[in-house]
Amino acid sequence: MRYVAAKSAEEASNFLLQETGVSRVLAGGTDVLVQMKSGMIEPDLIVDIKKIPGIRNITELDGFFRIGAAVSGSEVKDHENINKMLPGVVEALDLIGSTQIQGRCTMVGNLCNASPAADSVPALVAVNAKVNIIGPQGERSCNVEEIPIAPGKTSLKKGEFIVSVDIPYRPEFSSDAYLRFTPRTEMDIAVVSASVAIEMSKEGICENAKVVLGAVAPTVKIVGDASKEIVGTKLDESSLKKMSLKCVEICEPISDKRGTVEFRTEVAGVLASRAAKIAYKRAGF
Amino acid sequence: MSPLDNTYEKQFKVIGTRPPRPDGIEKVTGKAQYGADLYVPDMLYAKILRSPHPHAKIISIDTSEAEKLDGVKAVVTSKDFSKFSDNKPSDTLVNCIAHEKALYDGHCVAAVAALSNTIAKSALKLINVEYEILPHVTDVDEAMKTDSPIVNKGYVLENVPKGFSENVTSYYEFGHGDLDNGFNNADLIVERTFKTEAAHQGYIEPHACLASMTPDGKADLWCCTQGHYNVRALCADIMGMESSQLRVTPSEIGGGFGGKTTIFIEPIALALSLKSGKPVKLVMTRDEVFKATGPTVSSSMDVKIGMTKDGVITAGEANLRYQGGAFPNGTVEMGAQSAFAAYDLKAVRTKGWNVLTNRPKQAAYRAPGAPQAIYAVESVVDELCQKLNLDPLEIRIKNAAKKGTKSSYGPTFDDIGLIATLEAAKKHPHYLAPLEENQGRGLSCGFWFNFGGDTCVTLNVNFDGTIGVTEGNPDIGGSRASISQMAAEELGISYDKVRTIIADTNSLGHNEVTDGSRVTFAVGLATIKAARAAIKEMCKRVSLIWGIDEDAVRWENGSAIPAGPNAGQFDPMSIEEIAAMSSQTGGPIAGHHEVNAEGAGVSFGVHLADVEVDKETGSTKVLRYTVFQDAGKAIHPSYVEGQMQGGAVQGIGWALNEEYIYGEDGRLQNAGFLDYRIPVASDLPMIEPVILEIPNPGHPYGVRGVGETSIVPPLAAINNAVSRATNIRFSELPLSPPKVLSSLKKEINDG
Repeated sequence: MRYVAAKSAEEASNFLLQETGVSRVLAGGTDVLVQMKSGMIEPDLIVDIKKIPGIRNITELDGFFRIGAAVSGSEVKDHENINKMLPGVVEALDLIGSTQIQGRCTMVGNLCNASPAADSVPALVAVNAKVNIIGPQGERSCNVEEIPIAPGKTSLKKGEFIVSVDIPYRPEFSSDAYLRFTPRTEMDIAVVSASVAIEMSKEGICENAKVVLGAVAPTVKIVGDASKEIVGTKLDESSLKKMSLKCVEICEPISDKRGTVEFRTEVAGVLASRAAKIAYKRAGF
Repeated sequence: MSPLDNTYEKQFKVIGTRPPRPDGIEKVTGKAQYGADLYVPDMLYAKILRSPHPHAKIISIDTSEAEKLDGVKAVVTSKDFSKFSDNKPSDTLVNCIAHEKALYDGHCVAAVAALSNTIAKSALKLINVEYEILPHVTDVDEAMKTDSPIVNKGYVLENVPKGFSENVTSYYEFGHGDLDNGFNNADLIVERTFKTEAAHQGYIEPHACLASMTPDGKADLWCCTQGHYNVRALCADIMGMESSQLRVTPSEIGGGFGGKTTIFIEPIALALSLKSGKPVKLVMTRDEVFKATGPTVSSSMDVKIGMTKDGVITAGEANLRYQGGAFPNGTVEMGAQSAFAAYDLKAVRTKGWNVLTNRPKQAAYRAPGAPQAIYAVESVVDELCQKLNLDPLEIRIKNAAKKGTKSSYGPTFDDIGLIATLEAAKKHPHYLAPLEENQGRGLSCGFWFNFGGDTCVTLNVNFDGTIGVTEGNPDIGGSRASISQMAAEELGISYDKVRTIIADTNSLGHNEVTDGSRVTFAVGLATIKAARAAIKEMCKRVSLIWGIDEDAVRWENGSAIPAGPNAGQFDPMSIEEIAAMSSQTGGPIAGHHEVNAEGAGVSFGVHLADVEVDKETGSTKVLRYTVFQDAGKAIHPSYVEGQMQGGAVQGIGWALNEEYIYGEDGRLQNAGFLDYRIPVASDLPMIEPVILEIPNPGHPYGVRGVGETSIVPPLAAINNAVSRATNIRFSELPLSPPKVLSSLKKEINDG
């Protein structure tokens, strides 16, 4: 196994492109190192991206936050404006692993690990986050939900890796919330999760909503029909109930050691409804 | 004066205080030496190849390619062990390394020692094992059926009733009285079947050892264990060695809870060391700890209890079926003995069947066998109380075992603290605190026998008058502090003058494993006796100095004084003065005591649990938890409270989420702390401990063991609380959210 620390994004991309064996990108390492230690993967090449200039920065640009691929979860959590505007994203990051893990782990790592149970992915999808990719063909961008295509698999091509995440600023009277179900209060992994982002009119009518479920299918589920049930409402109980039912309908989970099909399906609806209520409150109502 | 010269009614000076723990600084600064922390020159690293099959015949093992790998110094299989002894391999050895069959997922089949862990890992891949896969069974009820695959032949004892498969290896029966008559007198009978899954002790430190064996047959072994004398006995037997040639030194221990009372890797390291001629270190991974050490039994149990409408239990019956892996064990016997121990019953009968399955051999876990059986009994008692609209605490007091009660397992109880413990719970504000919607309160009693056993202690009076106590039991719950306290108390000196260490196997005679909640009781008793022997010697030395009879000198507050006015007028001689002169008065002074300690008093506990169930997700939150337990005498109350809290937490984990999950393929699905969910701190409220002190007549200060009883009640306390919060009687553990939610949905659908 070889380890290289890339000095630029182009160099990192080139290392990944040239490698004929198994390669892995190293940022926080909270998945890669654990997988190596347990024997799940045996990479021939590790490309450390932490030394690429700017990749550990959070910048506030015109209309969006740009978060570098090697920014740790706790650095995002400590960012005042992200906290104000995107509490759902922050709470998803706050649920990953432990305090020690959060000091190392990154959102992009969480995304590229492509676990159906990733905490930050539904939260990022709900707030319309995009990723910026560098590869042999230069730069490109896509929506977060386009990256994971199956458990453990991403749409990234040979030589490509993500350099940053862009999250649009939120208008006034809007907010988001992320909830997951775990048997324990922390140090756990989502059995099922839900993220809800809403934009409200100042009168308290929902104008825009996005409902996203995690761990109920091989990749995140954006529940368009559920969003429709709450747009135009004040998130009253009966609208939330209809929204929950749409969530339940879309679920196609598996039964495993962490939960059954019935449990995940049922609880997905419960969490979506609870998350919507939290987001509503956070939006100022 | 009683035969034991009990002094527990006197005012103590050191006993009952809370000095800082003697191992604290090393542990918080990372300097403490745990099993994996030892390094010696030329040391090799060992790795184990484990069976991926739950049940398979080993046709052949080809190690030739692994042996050729650069850096590999030795490879061992079961064949190497047949060279050490002509005897049939012991169960312990066959559990450490598979012989003819792999008996469970993770069973060791071969091991490699190499210059590095990486080389050892690579070498494992070069070992070619040919298996013939056999049908497997992991469920206790399935394994009992006559058409079940047979796990391990030749273990069935003569008294096992007919009608079961050969996996049922032993049968036990306890009780007295006329059951039929008892049930006829009942106004209500509840009969229910319960299941519990296997739980792991969850100690943080994985098993680790370092073995160094020389060609002339001497060996040193350092390991993390609850009992190095037992490690020596088992390893010496396996390696065909004499005990004197094998010195075992225990490391600090990062938790054991019963799981480190036996061996799993030590003979492998010894054999690799012998074969390679180098010291060999072997450290388990967490995955290996889950798959191939000793979790608890899993159980299937039927309990039937009859009660009159005013709350008198008229009869109790329990049939217990425990599986404890691929080798026989006696855990179900202790379950059958303890099931009804908290009750004074006219008619009681318990039966137990031990069953083999393709799982790792169970090891002890705090009060082995009792939590399961008592969970079933206490759940039925609670259901009877609920159905008859009776107060569950009053009913337990009404039927409680007390001094003179013939216990359900035979002996008649001496002074026991059950009623006092129940009364304390009744008086506590927790018991009558209001509950809200979706909340429930559960109550359970718990019991453990406690144990004494073989114990040796040496107490050395150093020339400066300080004291070194040498004992042979690894400190898993604060024993170094409590032993020092008892020595200081008896000698009449301050705690900081005493240091207690745990010696290797050559320094003392045999010491029973740290188990059975025995150490504070038995080692404490031996320490007190050793201190008395040292006092006697010191008085003798002083009598020589003063020129008076030995009997004319007595000991008071750390000094020798004349026994009375007739003895003469002498200034007291302090322990420092006596020690300083000891070389001139006959040589160093020490006290010893060697004993097979009897009289360990049984211990009872009562737990109160408040929970809230989220009816939309099936999730249970523990809101409040109080532990009442009889400690006899709490030597160091902080440690006693820690034992009470720790046991409660482990029991709560077992009740709510912890379980061994086997797939259809017989493989363990959750061999790690992510999916084997022990509670984290934020899952729990502060566990409030209430110590009761009803002295044990068998110990000079009244000590009872406190380490185990506390894991017994939580299973039923939580089950009863969840059952009352939801108004559904649950009978299967753990009460994981999918299970609870599915029952809640079923209840709604059934109307």
